[in-house]
Amino acid sequence: MENFTPYSAAAGGALIGLGAALLLFFNGRIAGISGIINGSLPQPKGDTLWRILFIAGLVLGAGAVVWTTPLAFIPRTGFSPILVIAAGLLVGFGTRMGSGCTSGHGVCGLARMSPRSLIATLTFVATGAVTVFIVRQVVGG
Amino acid sequence: MGLYLASLLAGLLMGSGLAIAQMINPEKVIAFLDFAGNWDPSLAVVLCAALAVSFIGYRLTIGRDQPLLANAFHIPDRRDIDMPLVAGAAIFGIGWGLGGYCPGPAIGALSLGLWEPLMFVAAMLVGSFLYGLLTRQR
Repeated sequence: MENFTPYSAAAGGALIGLGAALLLFFNGRIAGISGIINGSLPQPKGDTLWRILFIAGLVLGAGAVVWTTPLAFIPRTGFSPILVIAAGLLVGFGTRMGSGCTSGHGVCGLARMSPRSLIATLTFVATGAVTVFIVRQVVGG
Repeated sequence: MGLYLASLLAGLLMGSGLAIAQMINPEKVIAFLDFAGNWDPSLAVVLCAALAVSFIGYRLTIGRDQPLLANAFHIPDRRDIDMPLVAGAAIFGIGWGLGGYCPGPAIGALSLGLWEPLMFVAAMLVGSFLYGLLTRQR
């Protein structure tokens, strides 16, 4: 259990939950980031600005931490660009097909006790784990 | 106006949370999924903490007629499990395990000014677009 960081994990997690709770309480929206992004592609009028602001907030919020405090980790470099792109394609495709990602299904859906989100979350954690197992243990990546 | 500020604030909170929790570090995410290897349970703690707060927020919100600043709730009401849900989640999980990024953290990671998150986000948008194409042609 190297690198286990329970305190920052708990603090960060609480903030994530707070952001989700806020969006629900004030805007009536699920803070499912894949959904927020996908919804910002051609949309009925009036529906895009809040999405852009939320996403801007995501970048700026992370930036506020990253730009003002010493980075707690060494950013990964030299990772295969082909794998990065393949991963991105799969995540983009899969989250749209599956109607959500870790924030939508994991943070929001499970809080609402949605059966769809439970199945989705168990599924993506499972295939994520299997993928890492294959890459790390089988391929030796 | 308040609606837009709330959206921005929600994003700021989530973004800062993701960074503090180091979820913008793909290696930390992969270390959580690496159950057979050097396992780092941090992501589980992140999710539990996020769920706890999100749950409280949800309980405080349902039962209200309206959100505080908007006219209506936009909460999905489907409860059925169908193939796109499962297949989509499975595919997403593969990409997540491969790259160590999911949508939120990838966007937050853009703040690092590195190529990797940028490439990932671009590919993610393409992937989403491809799915949109697929379903439109039915």
